[in-house]
Amino acid sequence: MSVIYVLLTISIIIAVLFFIAFIKAVKSGQYDDDYTPSVRILFEDELVKTKPNKTIKKQKSN
Amino acid sequence: MPLGIYEQIIMKQTTCFHCGDSCTTDHIIFDNKDFCCHGCKTVYDIFSENDLTCYYDLQQSPGATPKDIQGKYDFLTNENIIEKLTEFNDGNNQIVTLTIPHIHCSSCIWILENLNKLNPNITASQVNFGKKTLRVTYKSKEISLKELVLLLNRIGYEPYISLEDFNTGKNKVNRRLIYKLGVSGFAFGNVMFLSFPEYFEVEEFWLDQYKNVFRWLMFAFSLPVVFYAAQDYFISAYKGLKSKLLNIDIPIALGILVLFIRSTIEIVFDLGTGFFDSLTGLVFFLLLGKFFQQRTYNFLSFERDYKSYFPIAVTKIDYNKEIPIQVYDIKKGDRLLIRNEELIPVDGILINGNANIDYSFVTGESEAIKKTSGDKLFAGGKQTAGSIEMEALNAVEQSYLTQLWSNDIFNKNKEDGFTSLTNAISKRFTVAVLSIATLATAYWLVVDASKAINVFTAVLIIACPCAIALSAPFTLGNLLRIFGKLKFYLKNASVIEQLAKIDTIIFDKTGTITSNKESKAAYIGETLSTEEEALLTSTLRHSNHPLSRSLYDILQKNDIVSLNHFEEHLGQGIYGTSNSNSIKIGSANYVGKSQQDTELHTAVHISTNNAYKGKFTFYNSYRKGLSKLFKTLKKDFDLAILSGDNDSELENLKKLLPSKTKLIFNQKPNDKLEYIKHHQNNGANVLMVGDGLNDAGALAQSDVGIAISENINVFSPACDAILDASKFDQLHNYIKASKTAIKIIKWSFVCSFIYNVIGLYFAITGQLMPVIAAILMPLSSISIVIFTTIATNVLGRRLK
Repeated sequence: MSVIYVLLTISIIIAVLFFIAFIKAVKSGQYDDDYTPSVRILFEDELVKTKPNKTIKKQKSN
Repeated sequence: MPLGIYEQIIMKQTTCFHCGDSCTTDHIIFDNKDFCCHGCKTVYDIFSENDLTCYYDLQQSPGATPKDIQGKYDFLTNENIIEKLTEFNDGNNQIVTLTIPHIHCSSCIWILENLNKLNPNITASQVNFGKKTLRVTYKSKEISLKELVLLLNRIGYEPYISLEDFNTGKNKVNRRLIYKLGVSGFAFGNVMFLSFPEYFEVEEFWLDQYKNVFRWLMFAFSLPVVFYAAQDYFISAYKGLKSKLLNIDIPIALGILVLFIRSTIEIVFDLGTGFFDSLTGLVFFLLLGKFFQQRTYNFLSFERDYKSYFPIAVTKIDYNKEIPIQVYDIKKGDRLLIRNEELIPVDGILINGNANIDYSFVTGESEAIKKTSGDKLFAGGKQTAGSIEMEALNAVEQSYLTQLWSNDIFNKNKEDGFTSLTNAISKRFTVAVLSIATLATAYWLVVDASKAINVFTAVLIIACPCAIALSAPFTLGNLLRIFGKLKFYLKNASVIEQLAKIDTIIFDKTGTITSNKESKAAYIGETLSTEEEALLTSTLRHSNHPLSRSLYDILQKNDIVSLNHFEEHLGQGIYGTSNSNSIKIGSANYVGKSQQDTELHTAVHISTNNAYKGKFTFYNSYRKGLSKLFKTLKKDFDLAILSGDNDSELENLKKLLPSKTKLIFNQKPNDKLEYIKHHQNNGANVLMVGDGLNDAGALAQSDVGIAISENINVFSPACDAILDASKFDQLHNYIKASKTAIKIIKWSFVCSFIYNVIGLYFAITGQLMPVIAAILMPLSSISIVIFTTIATNVLGRRLK
C-alpha cells in the first residue's frame, strides 16, 4: 500500500465532507435569501443600547 | 394674528418622524417629535412603550401610516381559510408566511423580527427581504391569525392577503440549479487537481505507476456532472431536434457527449488521459452563466392575473348574520356585503347602499361611477363610499372581468415563439461544425486512417460553443441587473432581445402617460380677488374631501385667514365664512348654478356671497418629459395611444404629441388586444406600455409588455417588465441600451469564433492535447465573460 492511496483517500473524504455540508446548507434554505442575513447579523445589540438612551430622554423631559 | 403666525410656522415643511410625509393638516407634536397624523403617533407610542425606538435610529422615518381596516380581516376567523393560509398548524402552534409590501429597509427587518417584544405569544418571526415576506410562528391558542394581522396593521405593516395566497401556504422552492452548480463545481475542482500531474510529466516512473488510479477517479467525478448537472442540455437538445430546431444546446450536448465517450475510451484502452478536466469545466461555466442570468426580482411577480387583486374572502349576509366566506364559495343568489375600499369579486345586482364604484382596474376610466339599487355591478370594481349590499349573479370564474383570462393568449409562453440571437447563430454554427468535422475526417481517412476518429472527436470537442453560449447570458444578465438598479425591472433576460427588435409602441392613457398622483386644475370664470382667494384656500384647508385636498395642494398658498364658520355637506360641498364674506365650494347644484352643462371632466364650482364665480376643472396631468419622449421616439417607432377613457383629452394630446401619433379612444380591454394582434399580423413588433388590469390582455398579446407603476410594491398586471413611473422619460434610452447589448453579444460572438478557429487548427491537424483543450476552453470563456461585463458596465454608466 503506497502512501499515495492514503493521501488520495483522505483528500477525497475531506472534499466529500465539504460537499455534503454544501448540500445541507442549500437544503436548509441558506441560499434562498442572500440579503436579510447580512442585515440581521448587525442587530442583536440594539435592544440593550436603547434602554440607557430611553432613561436619559425621560429625565430630560421631566 | 397670533394664531395665523403659529400655523404658518407649522406649514414650513416639517416631516413626520414616523413616516417622513410632510405634516399639514393634523400636525401633532408628541415627545418632542413631529407626526403627520394620529396613526403615526400611535405607532411611535407603541414602539416607545416597548423599548423599540431603535427602529428610528437605523433608518430615518421608516414607517407607514396604519390604515383603518375595521372588519376587513374578519374572514381570518374562518377555520377553512386559516387552514389554507398557514403552512403548519397543529392546534397549538401555527406558522404563516405573509407578504408585507411595506418592507423596504433595515428598520423594517429589525422591528418585524422583534415582534415577540410586542406580543410574547409570537415565538419567532423571520423576514425575507428579497421576497418581502414575514414568516411568523405563534401560539394560536393565545393569539389568533386575525389578531396577528391586526397587530401588524397597528404598527403600519399591513399584510397583503389575496386570492393568490389561497394555495401558496405549502409552496416548495426550486433549488435544482444551485445543486447542479455545486455538483459541477465540486467535480471540476477535484478533476483539475487529479489531471494536473499528467499535463507536463510524460513517461515518468511514479506517474506510470499510479496514473490509472487518477484517471478512474476523474471518471468517477465526471459521472454526476454528465448525468445530473448537464441533464438540462441533453433534454433541451432532444426537444430542439424533435421540433426540428437547431438550438445552441445541440452542439453543447454533442460536445459533452463526445468528450465523455472519447475520454472513457481513452482511459479504458490506456490511450491517454482523457478530457475530463475540460468536460467538468465546460459544464460548470455553462451552469454559472445560467445561474447569472436566472437571478431575478423575487419581490416582483410578472405572472399576476385577477387572483392577485381579488380578496380571499367576502362577507355574506345570511339571515341578518354576517359570515365571512371564501370567494370561491360564492354561489348565485348569495347576498354579499361590500365595505368601503373593498373589491367586488363577482358580477351582481346592487340591493342597497350608496354605490360609487371605481372601475379603473377594469376599464381604465378614472372617474368613479354612481349606481342605484337594481343596477348591475361588475366584478373588479372598487366600492369607494360606505358599505353596500349586493346579490351575486354567478360564480367568480364566470364574471365579465375574469373571462378575459380565458383568452388563449394567457396560456401562451412568449419565449416559445421567439428565436433568440444565440439560437439563430447556432443553426449555422452546428451545420458548419458538422461539415468541418466530416471534411477533416474524410481527409485523414485518405492520409492516415488511424487518426480519423481522433480528429473527428477533437473537432466536436473544441468547437463546443461554450463561449458563444456564455456571451448572451452574461451580457443580458448584467444589463438586467443594471436596469434593475435604474428601476426598470425585467421578467427575464430574453425581454432585452425582444425589446431591441421593437418597431411599434402603443401606450395606454390613464395611469400610463398621465400621472395618478398629480392632477392639474384650470379655472374658468370671473377672476377672484385676493381676499376671495385667501378665503378659498382657508376653507379648502378644513375639508378632508379628496377633491378639496388636491385643489388645496394645487393652489398657491395664500395667507391663511381664520374662519368664523365652517360647514361640510357630504356629497355636495363645503361652506365657509370669514368676516363678512362667505364662500360655497362644491357641485354645481350646491353653489346655486341652475343649469348643468354636460361635463366630461370633474369640476368644482365656486360662489362667493351667493354670487356664482366660476369653476375649477380637473385635468389629467401628463408625466414629466412626455412630449420630449414622444418626439425622440417618433423617429424610430410607430406610436399610438389606446385609451379606455372617453375622448375629452383629444385636443390636449394633439397639442402635446407628434402629429403622426395615432389616438384611439373608448377601447375595451378586448379591443386593445385585437388592435395589437392586427398590427402583429402585419409584421409589426409591438411594445405595449400600460398599467391596469384592463391592459392585461394587451400586455400579454404584445411582443413586450411594460407595466408602468407609481409604486412597484403595489400590484401590477402580468407583463414582461415593470417600469417605475419616475423613469418613464428614460424609456427611449432603455430601448437604445437593449440594442447596444445585442451589438455587444455579436462582438463577443466574433471573439469566440477566433478562439474556435485556433482550436480547430489543433483539432484538424490531429494534435489536440488535453492540456491545450484545458487551457483554451477556460481562457475563451473567461475572456468572453470579462469582455461582456466591462462592455455592459460602460453601457450602464451612460444610462440614467
